[in-house]
Amino acid sequence: MMHFLLLFSRQGKLRLQKWFLPLPERERKKIVKDMTTMVLARKPRTCNFLHWKDLKIVYKRYASLYFCCALENQDNELLALEILHRYVELLDKYFGNVCELDIIFNFEKAYFILDELLMGGEIQETSKLSIVKSIEASDMLQETMEEYISKPAF
Amino acid sequence: MPAPIRLRELIRTIRTARTQAEEREMIQKECAAIRSSFREEDNTYRCRNVAKLLYMHMLGYPAHFGQLECLKLIASQKFTDKRIGYLGAMLLLDERQDVHLLMTNCIKNDLNHSTQYVQGLALCTLGCMGSSEMCRDLAGEVEKLLKTSNSYLRKKAALCAVHVIRKVPELMEMFLPATKNLLSEKNHGVLHTSVVLLTEMCERSPDMLSHFRKLVPQLVRILKNLIMSGYSPEHDVSGISDPFLQVRILRLLRILGKGDDDSSEAMNDILAQVATNTETSKNVGNAILYETVLTIMDIKSESGLRVLAINILGRFLLNNDKNIRYVALTSLLKTVQTDHNAVQRHRSTIVDCLKDLDVSIKRRAMELSFALVNGNNIRGMMKELLYFLDSCDPDFKADCASGIFLAAEKYAPSKRWHIDTIMRVLTTAGSYVRDDSVPNLIQLITNSVEMHAYTVQRLYKALLDDISQQPLVQVASWCIGEYGDLLVSGQCEEEEPIQVSEDEVLDVLEGLLVSNLSTPVTRGYSLTAIMKLSTRFSSLNRIKKVVSIYGSSIDVELQQRAVEYNALFKKYDHMRPALLERMPIMEKTIFSGDGIFTVCLWSVFPVLQANDLLDLLGGNDVVPIIQTTVPTKPASAGGELLDLLGDLSLTVIPPMTAYNKNGLIIEFTFERSNPNPNIAVITIHATNSTEADMTEFVFQAAVPKVCSFPSCILINLLFMSWCIGT
Repeated sequence: MMHFLLLFSRQGKLRLQKWFLPLPERERKKIVKDMTTMVLARKPRTCNFLHWKDLKIVYKRYASLYFCCALENQDNELLALEILHRYVELLDKYFGNVCELDIIFNFEKAYFILDELLMGGEIQETSKLSIVKSIEASDMLQETMEEYISKPAF
Repeated sequence: MPAPIRLRELIRTIRTARTQAEEREMIQKECAAIRSSFREEDNTYRCRNVAKLLYMHMLGYPAHFGQLECLKLIASQKFTDKRIGYLGAMLLLDERQDVHLLMTNCIKNDLNHSTQYVQGLALCTLGCMGSSEMCRDLAGEVEKLLKTSNSYLRKKAALCAVHVIRKVPELMEMFLPATKNLLSEKNHGVLHTSVVLLTEMCERSPDMLSHFRKLVPQLVRILKNLIMSGYSPEHDVSGISDPFLQVRILRLLRILGKGDDDSSEAMNDILAQVATNTETSKNVGNAILYETVLTIMDIKSESGLRVLAINILGRFLLNNDKNIRYVALTSLLKTVQTDHNAVQRHRSTIVDCLKDLDVSIKRRAMELSFALVNGNNIRGMMKELLYFLDSCDPDFKADCASGIFLAAEKYAPSKRWHIDTIMRVLTTAGSYVRDDSVPNLIQLITNSVEMHAYTVQRLYKALLDDISQQPLVQVASWCIGEYGDLLVSGQCEEEEPIQVSEDEVLDVLEGLLVSNLSTPVTRGYSLTAIMKLSTRFSSLNRIKKVVSIYGSSIDVELQQRAVEYNALFKKYDHMRPALLERMPIMEKTIFSGDGIFTVCLWSVFPVLQANDLLDLLGGNDVVPIIQTTVPTKPASAGGELLDLLGDLSLTVIPPMTAYNKNGLIIEFTFERSNPNPNIAVITIHATNSTEADMTEFVFQAAVPKVCSFPSCILINLLFMSWCIGT
């Protein structure tokens, strides 16, 4: 299972953090710091895998954002790259040509989409179409049509 | 009270802050506003405020005062509220928080909600961070949902069940009935999560494992359909149908087939099919191949299949994609023990990976190279590894040097080659070798009797070049101290002997003593080496002078040594030759931590010596602390030694108490050995009669001249009687 998934910018600013294990706040902050330091220090043409404690860290850079996740020993790193890619595709489909600003201003949506793709560190749906449909339907449920179209609920 | 500002507005405002202080100020202001809004129990804007709080939390600011508000949002009827509420719960309310359990009732209600998206939210939250108590309370609900026909809910319930089992393994049994027809689902989401659930159950319980073995044919069929089926737009990734599901099935097959002949037999064909038919141009195909290889290696596959797997890894090694090379090296490392010969065939490719630019790949290649070294390829491999040692990053040098020493020790084709290899390591990566290499190397050199002249010559030349690498310098000083006579007499057979005078050698050693580059340990080595040369060289005066100068050194260790060596020159000059003799071949003894205990027999005989002994021991102190890696230490044994040993063959010596002070009692007993009466057995009992522990008790014994090389004295240290908490 995946232990955590982080999104951070090239300056090390956190844009999303999903934890699949209960860890104290202080521990989480430390891990985020370690990950950003390690990943940002990597040279451009190196492989996307790192070893950290007893976990495999898989990271990939998409434009100005780094997607970074931690796997257990028996997990498949190459497949993790595909999972990260799938998430980016979903974000792209939802926001239309997604960029970092979209994720900054709509972070809650990014979480909702992630929660349709992963649960408890495992993939819950392999069909892109299915996830997109669920998100659209959930969005529909939010508030009245008026508020949904013209102004955000919050 | 005006409406609280919108989330996006807040984000925009905060991003305009130019300094950290400015940002903090904005955040504090907003937090105050949010807090008062919470106090007013405002339902309309609660959602907005919590959303803002979550944003600020992501920036690193505390948000604990929003925890209860999340609960209120979850309990609300509006879907928007629930969505933000559950998100907040997942971010702020992990099981370590007190309020965590308060969610249970809300989640329970929502699990039975009429809207599937609400149920989905509840399942997701429970499945991501539910505590054990919560899982226990709600497992029944999850199990119910696992049996529903709604695939959206079923897939989420399956993963929620996985989480419940992880938290409360005893509840596994409960989910067993619901798994009955999970695999007959058509929906890929449900299929995938079902496979994950089955995997989790099989990993945790051997009973479940045997129970689910019967599913192997069904799994094989599903996998086959995935591979053979035509293009399915919904699940296609670069021409491969649902790679996520394929990989998960392969992983479950691995667990089911491990150690079981029948299951492994049943999956042989499909594994071969996947291995040969999968498209390898993109990462996704390679991900599947990778999983297939891991499965083949773990189950009881036939040998043809195993060779196929290793060859796939071999092809991976040649792939342009670094990730794939990395993964191949990692997998080969796992299989090198079991399929050693097959992996050997790819040795040259692996060795080429040592030259890769990527650090992770280099490290894997290094580990794998060491695993592949054997008696046949040692010369070739060592050349490559030494070249690697020269050029690699400092992080690697320590591990590489240790690996080289180990490999050289196991497979060295000749002593000369061994010593050359060690020399090479010491000169190229000398400062990175581990501390215990120094005594190990000294032992190796001592035991290679015919190479002494060659070794000391090479080490001497290395010292002339560079004295900064401490392990090299330490080994070199020790050798020069031991074999300095061979050095100046120009006796080397292996290579052209160099002409060096005694003064030149002493210059070098004295240079080490004064150099800023030398550590205190190194200085100790060189002082002792100089002292040893007093019996091998003729320039006694020079040596005496050096030794006496250091008698007032600031470094306590050096000072002590110098003073004791001085004493050797003055009072105990008759013992000096015996004490500073060539070391005999050492038995390698390994103790916790401290490297080799170098052994010189310290014979303590009665008659005159008791007083001197006590003096040397410094009267009130317990045995002085001495570096265990330095072999020589003057000890007291009388000139009558020879006589007494001579006497041993005729008389029986009564037991004696050699030392009795401050609670430390050392007793010697002497007896004739039982098959061979020419052997005397001296037993030393050391007792601590105080209540406190005695620490740093060092046992050393010096060999008198009569006990020279061939008739060496064996020392049996009986540690049982020895444990004084050293």
